[in-house]
Amino acid sequence: MDKVIIAQNLSLSYKEFETIISKANFSIDAGSFVFITGASGSGKSTLLKAFYGAIEPKQGQLSVGGIKMNRISTSKLNFLRRHIGIVFQDYKLIKEWTIEKNVMLPLIISGYTGDVGGAQVQKLLGHVKLIHQAGKYPPELSGGEQQRVAMARALAHNPILILADEPTGNLDEYSASVIWSLLEGANAQLKTTVVVVTHHIPEGLNVPYLHYHIDAGNINEIA
Amino acid sequence: MSLTYTIILTRVISMKSLKNHLSLIIALFTVLASVQIYVAVDRTIAAYETRLKDDYSVIVVANKGFIPAEFKSMSSMIERSEPISTTQVLERLKGEMSQKNLDLLRLTLPKFYRIYLNRYPSPKEINNLQHLLQRNSSIERVEGFAQTHDTVYKLMLLFKNVVQIFSIAIAAVTSLLILKEMRLWQFQHAERMSIMALFGAPVWLRSAVLFRLAIVDAIIATFILCLVFFVIDYYGFLVAQLKEIGISVQLFNFVSDALRSLAIALGVSIALTFMIVIFPNEED
Ligand SMILES: Nc1ncnc2c1ncn2[C@@H]1O[C@H](COP(=O)(O)OP(=O)(O)OP(=O)(O)O)[C@@H](O)[C@H]1O
Ligand SMILES: [Mg+2]
Repeated sequence: MDKVIIAQNLSLSYKEFETIISKANFSIDAGSFVFITGASGSGKSTLLKAFYGAIEPKQGQLSVGGIKMNRISTSKLNFLRRHIGIVFQDYKLIKEWTIEKNVMLPLIISGYTGDVGGAQVQKLLGHVKLIHQAGKYPPELSGGEQQRVAMARALAHNPILILADEPTGNLDEYSASVIWSLLEGANAQLKTTVVVVTHHIPEGLNVPYLHYHIDAGNINEIA
Repeated sequence: MSLTYTIILTRVISMKSLKNHLSLIIALFTVLASVQIYVAVDRTIAAYETRLKDDYSVIVVANKGFIPAEFKSMSSMIERSEPISTTQVLERLKGEMSQKNLDLLRLTLPKFYRIYLNRYPSPKEINNLQHLLQRNSSIERVEGFAQTHDTVYKLMLLFKNVVQIFSIAIAAVTSLLILKEMRLWQFQHAERMSIMALFGAPVWLRSAVLFRLAIVDAIIATFILCLVFFVIDYYGFLVAQLKEIGISVQLFNFVSDALRSLAIALGVSIALTFMIVIFPNEED
């Protein structure tokens, strides 16, 4: 089976004499559904950052979608990112754009702004129950609503890999279940690889999943 | 509450961006205006030169007849020549002299020529030409009127040089101002641009907003320039003043000057945008 992510002796850190992730070895198969848990500050977001190339491996090797992340060129990184959908912990919506346009962003970048793109955005806004908010701007939405916009945006371009950082952190049980079923759907129907950072693994998930736990810089698979 | 806050926030943002727009538009307008003033001054001087040239001639006194081609071969500056008729003078003397003496006079009288040049010469050029002509043994005297050389013209040339220096200085200073302004834009749009980068947008797409602003402001600045010159043209005070010293000149051509201004404005703003996109934040 193809590996979407391969880490060998991967160490990550921000400063010189500090290690957030140390010498991790793991791989993530294409089409799998992975949960990452760990205490606050354990390095979950940092690990995702390495996956989308916001920080470089300090040591060891990391490849994502077959592309080596060590000293990656800007054009390669841009190419890779156009195939990844990210839900950021702090949403990172564009304040000056409407909700609709925010969801459209990955499509704008890939050049699909026509009717097909528009229909896709409408569909996703429907899935996250935000059709009626489409014309508003992010500051006019609640935290949970913004989080759902971020989810819709991450799915807009049918990425091969979704990285979601606590995508249900601000949501009530019902809204959270909507998000989980969206991720499940993408995984089951489009074979999208899904990596989710969360504090609570939802119960009654319909897809098989793996669970990695970060503790003291080590990444351990939990059976 | 949150809605009011957002509305106020949006207002503040748009007012701020309007202010930013204004400063770029004004800066671009200044560059365009200084270029146009230089062009207009140049045009005025050229028109004045033509007038001076048409009025100016060198008088040559020769002891033999010359044909125009002979003069023309002496200097490339010479455009044409015409003999000054002496019959008028002789007519006037008719009553006072006998026909015999008159005939004698006609034979001994030298030939007079008026020589027109193809441009208005400098005093030095006049002297050179004078010496050149006098080298011909048949030419007795050359009057170039170098000492009455036009002082207005000299002032105009001085003015042109001053305008040129000013235009260059203005262009340099305003370019720096525009760069500063664009840095501000870049800073204002930094968040949006970094989010776009996280989704793999290439640099040109991330910076598209900056290019759009630059292009829009260049068009607005050109439009304002046209408007200003339209008003000047409409009220015609400058043109009237120039008419008084015998110059009729078009200060602003609404086709060629407008197009040149637009090209300059677009060129300057796009080039400067490229600069800040390619060299991000070397200042701080
Ligand atoms: N940009 C940064 N510069 C320096 N240190 C950072 C930076 N971002 C995070 N850190 C540090 O790295 C460690 C891991 O942070 P990270 O954000 O990965 O934690 P996390 O597991 O996502 O926590 P949480 O569950 O609270 O989101 C923390 O100690 C944090 O202080
Ligand atoms: Mg985190």
